[in-house]
This record gives sequence, structure tokens and C-alpha cells, in this order.
Amino acid sequence: MSGAGVKMTETVAVPVVVPNSAWRREVEKRSGQKVTACYQCEKCTNGCPAAFAMDTVPHRLMRQLALGLESEVLAANTFWVCASCETCTTRCPNGIDIAHVMDTLRQLSLPGANPAAKNAAILNSEFLGSIRRHGRVHELEMVTGYTLKSEGIAGLLRQTGVGLGMLRKGKLKLLPSKLRGVKQVKGIFRRVVKG
Amino acid sequence: MTMKVSYYPGCSLKGTAREYGESVEAVFRHLGMELDELADWNCCGASSAHAVSDELAVGLGLRNLEIADRTGFDLVVPCAACFQRLKVAEKAVKSGKVKPQNGYRGAFRIRHLADFLGEDISPKLVKERVKKPLEGLKVVCYYGCLTSRPPEITDAARPEDPETMDNLMTLLGADVENWSYKTDCCGGNLILTRPKVAKKMVQKLFDKALEAGADAIVVACPMCFSNLDMKQAELTRETGREYHLPILYLSELLGLAFGDRDTGKWLRGHEVDPRPLLKEKGLL
Ligand code: SF4
Ligand code: SF4
Repeated sequence: MSGAGVKMTETVAVPVVVPNSAWRREVEKRSGQKVTACYQCEKCTNGCPAAFAMDTVPHRLMRQLALGLESEVLAANTFWVCASCETCTTRCPNGIDIAHVMDTLRQLSLPGANPAAKNAAILNSEFLGSIRRHGRVHELEMVTGYTLKSEGIAGLLRQTGVGLGMLRKGKLKLLPSKLRGVKQVKGIFRRVVKG
Repeated sequence: MTMKVSYYPGCSLKGTAREYGESVEAVFRHLGMELDELADWNCCGASSAHAVSDELAVGLGLRNLEIADRTGFDLVVPCAACFQRLKVAEKAVKSGKVKPQNGYRGAFRIRHLADFLGEDISPKLVKERVKKPLEGLKVVCYYGCLTSRPPEITDAARPEDPETMDNLMTLLGADVENWSYKTDCCGGNLILTRPKVAKKMVQKLFDKALEAGADAIVVACPMCFSNLDMKQAELTRETGREYHLPILYLSELLGLAFGDRDTGKWLRGHEVDPRPLLKEKGLL
């Protein structure tokens, strides 16, 4: 809990916080979630299996959101570490879909702005690229593309053994399966890009 | 009359989770039910689509629902992530957030495989098919996060303590251990982007499963499976604690208990070989 471990004799500098309700309202509108309903019970954080790796744990992020602290929130690694497991959403006594707020923050985060986003951005673009091209994910293509872009040739070579083992077991298909409706899937992507 | 259900296998069951796909098909054959794979289904978008756009995520799910609507059979989904994505699309239609194509009725139910087998068909039917009870096999059932959460989307009756797999395993004669980590996330969706975080999350599951006295963990999701099955050698190297806990698909154990001849073939594909354990228990 905040404040725990602070000795009574210490002087603690309280930072001046300037709330930005415009940004808070934008997040609330996009996510459809009322973040101001949060009363800091910490249930989300206590049940979060990934909180140990977050620089700002979920309930603190919710508080920062309510205050509209845009740059603090968007600089956190929280929503890139979040595993989308929906525990927080299930348990929040105020019905806030916190996992969906995490999605909204991922969507609002500008490319390249947050170093914590790097791998996820590569993965999402490889993954969605594969769906867009074939209608389904071609696992070999997706993982190869991801590894090459995130870890370079050396990384790819390190993974070759695993890949070959899986090929031998018939678990990796060399060619993607082709969908007859791949045009419809491309259409779904196009509508979103336009919208 | 054979009972027919629609089937959305998802991308991994055709590739890395091949043994899951094959064993699911076998189990339905044993039960005398027909799996009608959705014609020309597309990827549900998994965790990448919703990270990028709500509309894209719902759009990808919706196309599959429109295909399922043509026959109107209940739709069985073996992957937790696909299941949840399709349910999100279903709820978006119901709440009027998106409009499906004309004539869409949406009168079918979307069911995760474990719920379908554990709740929608009679336990008697399952029990009648058992040729080789899984006696002496100590398991914990691991449901993962998205089969039951959030309940507003999944319609799960017991989101914090599901029991469909536990009941099925008991029917098969296995020794089902209690544990509190049934629905704790394994970090499967961080396996590529944040492997260190994901490894800590699975390690906790292994430790708790071992503490509960389990010989193996039963799963019903290809993402959970690969995250749990593939990381054990690495964890052993890095932590000095020996991790060698077979991970078994629900359908593989059903197939084994039903006496399916292909069981050995499915199990060959695992990273942690479950065959020595099953042989020791006289089951293989
Ligand atoms: S569980 Fe809900 S109310 Fe409690 S701290 Fe988290 S967001 Fe706020
Ligand atoms: S959805 Fe994300 S923030 Fe919420 S409990 Fe799971 S990992 Fe934590």
C-alpha cells in the first residue's frame, strides 16, 4: 500500500497533480468505462497475475486515469505487461471493465512512444498481417517474422532447433491454408482502417 | 439420430496443437456425435486484434458467427481465446453494437469444449464409453483465464471455480486433486513478447500443482498447453528445481479412457512425454 514503510520523521514531498479531465473523458468514451467509479479497493491489483512486472499496478493506473494524467499513464508498461486475463474485470465491485481499459490504452498509445510496446507492436503486426493475407494465422510465418524483427537473425537461429522439432512432429505447416473468403476478411480490415 | 454440432477449431488445432484437434475429433466419434466444421472459418484475431481495434476484433469474430448461423447448430470451440473472442462478438450483436448480415438469427449457443462435454451431454453417455478407467492417475484441472472470464461475456455459472473438467475427469475414474489455481492466468499471451513474465506465471502453476500432489495437469486450450508444455526444460535449467509435469488435453484423456488406438500418436507430440507416467499407471 502507498505510504507503507515511510517513517513518520521523514518529509515526503507531495507532487503537485494537475488533473486533466478532458483526457479522462476521452478514455472513458473510447472504452465505454466509467473510470471515476473506481474507489481504490485494490481488488484488481491483488488478483492481477502480472502485477509483479508492472511499473504502475492496475489500481494506481486507474487513479491516474481518473485524474487524467495522460503522460504518466501512457508511459507505464502496465497495459503491455497485462495478459488480458480478465480477472480484474470479473472482480471489480464497481463493474469497471479494466481489461478493456487496457485495450483502449494500447490503442491510444502512439507507435514508438513507449519502449514497453516494442515486442507487442511487432507481434500484433505480424499476427494481423498473417490473418489479412490468408484469413487464418500461418504459425510458421508469424513466429518467423516476429522472431526476426524482435531478435534478429541470431534470435531466429536460436529458435531453429525448436522449429525443426515441431516440423518433424507435423506441428508446423509449411504452407498457409487458403480461405475462399479471404476477400471478405480483407474487407473487414479495410473498413477498420477507414473508420 | 446423430447429434450434430458446429465446430470452430481455430488456427492452432490445424498446426501446433494438432494432437488436440485429432483427439477432439476422435472423442466426438466415440460419443456418436458429428462435428460440422464451419465452412471457410477465419481466425478470431486472438489477443492481437483487440489490442489494435475493438471493431476489427468484433468483425473477425462476427464473420464466423454468420457462418454458424446458416445451420444454427450449437457451436463448439476448443480454444479458450477463440471461445472468448466469439462470445465478445455475440454480445456485441445482442447489444446492438454491430449489425450482422440480413437474416441473421443467432439462435445457437457458443460453447467451450469443456462446458459442452461436461454440461450439455449426459454424463451417462460419457461413462458408458469408458473402457479403461483412469484409475490411479492424479490430476489437477486447469481452465485458464478465458474459458470463464468475464462471466458477462462467457455466461459462465462459476467463473471463479469452474468444475466441468473436474467432473469429467471424475467420471473417467481419475483421482482429481483440489487446487486454487484453476483459473489463474498462465501468461500464454505473453509467451513471445515477455517470456520472462510468462515463465514466472507458469512456474507458479507448476509449484501449486505439485503441492496439490498432481502427476499431470489437464488443459482444454492450445495456448495454455503450449505455454505449460514447452517451458519446463528451460525452467528446470534456470531455477534448479526439476519440472517435469506432463500436460494433457482433456480430449486426449477422454480418448485414452475410451480406448482410442491413436492415443499414443497424440502423446508423441508433447514436449514433456506423458507416456512413461501413463505406462507406469498401467494406462498405456
Ligand atoms: S477493483 Fe475496481 S474499484 Fe477496486 S481499485 Fe480496481 S478498478 Fe478500482
Ligand atoms: S487483465 Fe491484465 S490487468 Fe487485469 S488482472 Fe489480467 S493481467 Fe492484470
